Amino acid sequence: MRYSFIRSAQLCEICAKEGLSVSEVMLRREMERSERSRDDIMADLRSNLQVMQTSITKGLDPENLHHGVFTGGDAVKLNHFAASSNMGREMAEIVAAAIAVVEVNASMGKIVAAPTAGASGILPAVLLVCGRKRNFDEEMLCRGLLTAGAIGCLIASNASIAGASGGCQAETGSAAAMAAGALTELCGGTPEMVFHAAAMALKNVMGLVCDPVGGLVECPCVKRNAIGAANAVVSCDMALAGITSLIPFDEVVDAMKAVGNQMHPDLRETARGGLAATPTGKALAEKLHQ
Amino acid sequence: MKEYGLFDLIGPQMIGPSSSHTAGAARIGYVASRMAGGCVKKAVVTLYGSFAETGKGHGTDKAVVAGLLGFAPDDDRLRIAPQLAKEWGRDIRVEFSDEEMKHPNTAGIVFENEDGRTIHMTGASIGGGNIEIQSINGMDVSFGCDYPTLLIFHQDRPGVISSVTGVLAEHEINIAFMKVFRNSRWQNACMVIETDGEVEDCLVEQIRSENQDIVEVCKL
Repeated sequence: MRYSFIRSAQLCEICAKEGLSVSEVMLRREMERSERSRDDIMADLRSNLQVMQTSITKGLDPENLHHGVFTGGDAVKLNHFAASSNMGREMAEIVAAAIAVVEVNASMGKIVAAPTAGASGILPAVLLVCGRKRNFDEEMLCRGLLTAGAIGCLIASNASIAGASGGCQAETGSAAAMAAGALTELCGGTPEMVFHAAAMALKNVMGLVCDPVGGLVECPCVKRNAIGAANAVVSCDMALAGITSLIPFDEVVDAMKAVGNQMHPDLRETARGGLAATPTGKALAEKLHQ
Repeated sequence: MKEYGLFDLIGPQMIGPSSSHTAGAARIGYVASRMAGGCVKKAVVTLYGSFAETGKGHGTDKAVVAGLLGFAPDDDRLRIAPQLAKEWGRDIRVEFSDEEMKHPNTAGIVFENEDGRTIHMTGASIGGGNIEIQSINGMDVSFGCDYPTLLIFHQDRPGVISSVTGVLAEHEINIAFMKVFRNSRWQNACMVIETDGEVEDCLVEQIRSENQDIVEVCKL
């Protein structure tokens, strides 16, 4: 197949040879694989964007706070504080949006897994909140999802996107890499910059463990989505400024896989290690079972 | 190395909080509802392992009931499924067990189909919303419903398979994956056929009447 790739180096080669963006190569790959038309695929992406936007809007509604078992209401708090925040209003709004989506998720609301439900806040927050400031239209936002999808496919094929096999680096790390690369392309970055951004985002959380208190997708998942969104924006800006990742993306992904394999099973979504094994974590889990 | 598609990473749309404990659980329930012709009147669900331990917090119990009512994993009614089941007069009970199973996220469902026949089914949620149906009426099976799927119960006799594939060939439906299971020779058997295209309802009827050793055909 003409647009098949399994490594970012191959993908960048196709981009260079045909003069295409990462998102366009990804779209053509999907058309080849699924034998579906460009319009059909774009329609599904638009539908996903709509659900993403709704999950942000719902999670930021102060009249209707979303609560899980342990968490809730934090997105609204940060959104109120945005204007006085140290990180700046725009970043605070991005982070608040990421929290909003995961709070909606924890309250059994509708989200788009990107790449998983536990990491579902990062990509919509980065794309849609930055998109609003920069007037990205729907077509551009769909392109962002395509670029994010390309990065995610490369990680899933060569490492993992599941906390149970790779820890949190595989979930919120992958989501941050996807969002960082997507934003980089939408802001005019080259395919190489896209993968420098993605590589930096992954490097920033290499080795992060998956240690959900009580086994629920809440603590620390909600806050790791917050930091994941910030990670994506910082990595994107570094790449756009011309900063490169010393270790190439493909090797970072290989390292991430190796680190995931070296991780003790207690630190891979089993809720037996890390924060889940703290006295407070255990007490909360105990309460849950009663 | 497995290659992934765009929508494996950007999607699915689903009701939270967990793709394995919520969306996967709903899909297991949904398979049972399809086997019952779309309407489960009576069922007992047993949740095992991690499903039992963290199921309440993840809404696993609600998700399986939603699936049994025929709701998809992105249906907003998932959260209120047990209440709806009661209002609609369905007798669905969910139990939690500490018995060890092969896979940590396992649900067993005993339900009645349209004709009042009792079916025992076991399914596991194997990650990312993907599922594996592992046993039906004591017969070990393995399929995931990732494609349009036909589940055919039949007697283990020569020619049954060709009569089924013949009908599909005649209508130019390509078989993507196919498995045949049986407990022992000449006894009850079942085949699972995953197709690239949708199978029309009229074909389901045609397959059933094609061979006297075909007992039942379910479109999942």
